[in-house]
Amino acid sequence: MSASGDAFGSIGRRAFLKAGGALVVGFAIGVPSAGRAQSTARGATAGPPNPELIDTWLAIHADNTATLYIGYVELGQGTTTALPQIAAEELDLALEQISTAQHDTNVTPNQGGTYSSASIARGGPQVRRAAAEARRVLLELASERLGVPVERLRVENGVVTAEGTNRSVTYGELVGGRLFEVPFTGEARPKSPDQYKLVGKPAPRKDLPAKVAGTYTYIQHLRLPGMLHGRVVRPRGQRAYGAGARVVGVDESSIAHIEGARVLRKGDFLGVVAPNEWAAVRAARELKVSWDDRPSLPPFDRLYETMRADETDDTVVLERGSVAEAFASAAHRVTFSSRCPYQAHATFAPNCALADVKADSALVIAPTQDAYGTRRTLAALLGLPEDKVRVQYCESSGTYGHSCYDDVAQAAALMSQLAGAPVRVQLMRWDEHGWDPYGPAHVGEVQVAADTNGKLVAYEYHGWHHNWSLIETSQQLAEGTEPAEWPFLVSQQVSPQNCGAMYAIENLKLVNHRLRTAKYLRCGWLRSPLDLSLSFTSEQAIDELAYRLGEDPCEFRRRNIADERWLGVLDAAARAASWTPRPARADRNDGPVVRGRGIGLGTHLASWGGAVAEIAVNKQTGHVAIEHLYGAIDAGLVVNPAIVEAQIMGQLVQTASRMLFEEVTFDERGVTSLDWNGYRVIRFEECPEITPVIVQRLDQPYSGAGEEVMAAAAAAIANAFFDATGVRMTEYPFTPRRVLAALSSA
Amino acid sequence: MASRFRIRVNGRAHTVRAEPDTPLLYVLTNDLELKGPRFGCGLAQCGSCSVLIDGVERRSCVTPIATVENAEITTLEGLTRWFAAKRGLSAVPDLHPVQQAMLDEQAPQCGYCYNGMIIKAAELLEQNGDPSDAEIRAAMNGHLCRCGTYPRIVNAIKRAAQTMRASPEDRE
Repeated sequence: MSASGDAFGSIGRRAFLKAGGALVVGFAIGVPSAGRAQSTARGATAGPPNPELIDTWLAIHADNTATLYIGYVELGQGTTTALPQIAAEELDLALEQISTAQHDTNVTPNQGGTYSSASIARGGPQVRRAAAEARRVLLELASERLGVPVERLRVENGVVTAEGTNRSVTYGELVGGRLFEVPFTGEARPKSPDQYKLVGKPAPRKDLPAKVAGTYTYIQHLRLPGMLHGRVVRPRGQRAYGAGARVVGVDESSIAHIEGARVLRKGDFLGVVAPNEWAAVRAARELKVSWDDRPSLPPFDRLYETMRADETDDTVVLERGSVAEAFASAAHRVTFSSRCPYQAHATFAPNCALADVKADSALVIAPTQDAYGTRRTLAALLGLPEDKVRVQYCESSGTYGHSCYDDVAQAAALMSQLAGAPVRVQLMRWDEHGWDPYGPAHVGEVQVAADTNGKLVAYEYHGWHHNWSLIETSQQLAEGTEPAEWPFLVSQQVSPQNCGAMYAIENLKLVNHRLRTAKYLRCGWLRSPLDLSLSFTSEQAIDELAYRLGEDPCEFRRRNIADERWLGVLDAAARAASWTPRPARADRNDGPVVRGRGIGLGTHLASWGGAVAEIAVNKQTGHVAIEHLYGAIDAGLVVNPAIVEAQIMGQLVQTASRMLFEEVTFDERGVTSLDWNGYRVIRFEECPEITPVIVQRLDQPYSGAGEEVMAAAAAAIANAFFDATGVRMTEYPFTPRRVLAALSSA
Repeated sequence: MASRFRIRVNGRAHTVRAEPDTPLLYVLTNDLELKGPRFGCGLAQCGSCSVLIDGVERRSCVTPIATVENAEITTLEGLTRWFAAKRGLSAVPDLHPVQQAMLDEQAPQCGYCYNGMIIKAAELLEQNGDPSDAEIRAAMNGHLCRCGTYPRIVNAIKRAAQTMRASPEDRE
């Protein structure tokens, strides 16, 4: 098997069907030619396996290849290449010799979800430790076999050679196909970075050959024997989170003419199934349902006013010094406020899941970022013990956070339970766009001040937004569950990393104003949660202060930064863009199309991001073109720079999309942006030129690189708009209408 | 009422039973078990389901099965065969030059949209062997990539065009 994503493909769809269903998938995943018995044992019981055992993480096969068992999933971000790279480094294997198993709650360890850019930052050290422990055992075995002390052994590509002799033995010969059955000792010492041969160097992605050949298995390709095709039936576009969706009446006879179609219902959860997929699509479309249609959302054009005036729970996130006194005596002060929209994950493929729920057990295959978390909520929903529910991961399109994957997993499970048969649920485009747990809207108000020397002396940020929603749509509709909120985590608050903490400011205060989620749209973590909104607000205020002081915005920031990591990304971005010092607006150009450049800083909790944007604004049409984005990330030790460069590119293009186009729209009765016309995203002709920059720090811990330059880029784009036009945008996306309004009111 | 339809996909004839309005996509994925064309929107907005119908890129998610009975349908699985026939190659290559270039550029992230990207780019390069950046962007503009890999796709298409210009046609 060449790559994890090939797992399903390698046994072939027919073999998969004949072999009697998805339990076969379980032990087929990651099965090497000689390790079948060992891997069958792996799938037999519910996980998570003990993380202190080598066997939990690694299997060595007779053919001298290895399988790495990881709790992180491939989302297109390269996890199934970079984590094996870390393991191969410690084991002195070639990268080609090591593959990964698909995440499966009966097989792979629980490392927490694949979010917060955690795969390398949190998963890397675990994998490194496991591989180092395995190497220790392998060398002890080799020492016995070859009759020389461990110190005199050398390893290359899994072949252990006794120094100065021609005697050697392979890892495969030492333990191939058998379990280590050895716990961690804590004595294994991972390599030091100066010994690295693979880590820190680019390596091609393991999943790409199958992805370009068209042989890769996405979840949309999976079928279970005897399964029905299912579709959810919901109003087009969610209402307020607390309002759910109430069924007033269902006319089942309205689909009687569709062969094999059946209605499934539990509470307000409605679905249809049919043996034929098109029949299920038609049944979902043609089923006559009347929904309680009462208004439940704030008026769209008064959203921000509603948020700003609403009841809140307030928290002081960070306070030092005395901002009141510092503002009162400061020489220069700037206040700035912003309004930032709900934005959607808008996964390119609508989510899909398969479930086979029996009286005493369940198998659910879903594109979840967190299989163990999904298992927990599914068990509660199905009324089964957790160890009777098996969740297997299979990749869908990129998710960029908590899209509808848990919702569709629950929908498939409920429909399988109700139908008494395996069910595959494919969300339709309007389901995904309309019932997404969006990234929350935000209202920001910031005040910053500098002394006569241009030193930042005071900073105060107030942010209004609401929490993420804890209850998935399917569960909420089926059981009438009250709309609870997620635990109040840092990613849902005004974050110091984007609000002032990159600068040395003595007096600083950050206040979070938390709204009640039930009155607003369903929300979840969207790549770089809140960060774009925070830096859009904060970094425009910093920029404005530099402008009023007549200073170059890069130089102004540089002077106010004390932290070398922030300085590093600022300088790296500026250097990549050949930034020459001048104050904003110093290069005024006239005519209908004006150009500008901007710089910005920001990140997501960990790591450091800096960006420069070059844009053109057509003052007659209001059209904004982002011409070039430069983005620099310091993510500590970067394991695979090629993958991180790709991640930076994706972040910059997505940020351009979010700043120019993306906005969830709704009226009081529900969301109205239900497809790619209603929810515009960036296209080829609008895509900027991209320059990714990595600030490599071999001596620093890995710290995440999947979302840490978006905030900086959002700020850079906004600041470039000011440089071009002399107008500060207080809202995004920068649609022509919004741009023309801003220019005409200036 | 379901009827029988005879369709030709990747050079092979198939008989399928379907409602006449069934989109071709569902037949390709469910009856023929193909993995190239895939569901993305069902609205012809994203390009995920693209196939070549008589050499022209079409959205199979909105193409009723009843309308393609006499057509030559090519999916990603048959693209190299189609390419070899177009160019008069003596052997069918493992990958179309566009696929090879996508790999060389390490272009995909999740890769889900790449069925459409590869199909559309292959169509473009048959019509224009040396497209400019602007021509590539214009031709590809109806295909979305949510991961934001557009810059590498453009580079890959230019690379493929160069490869195709460099290798003389291998006519027997």
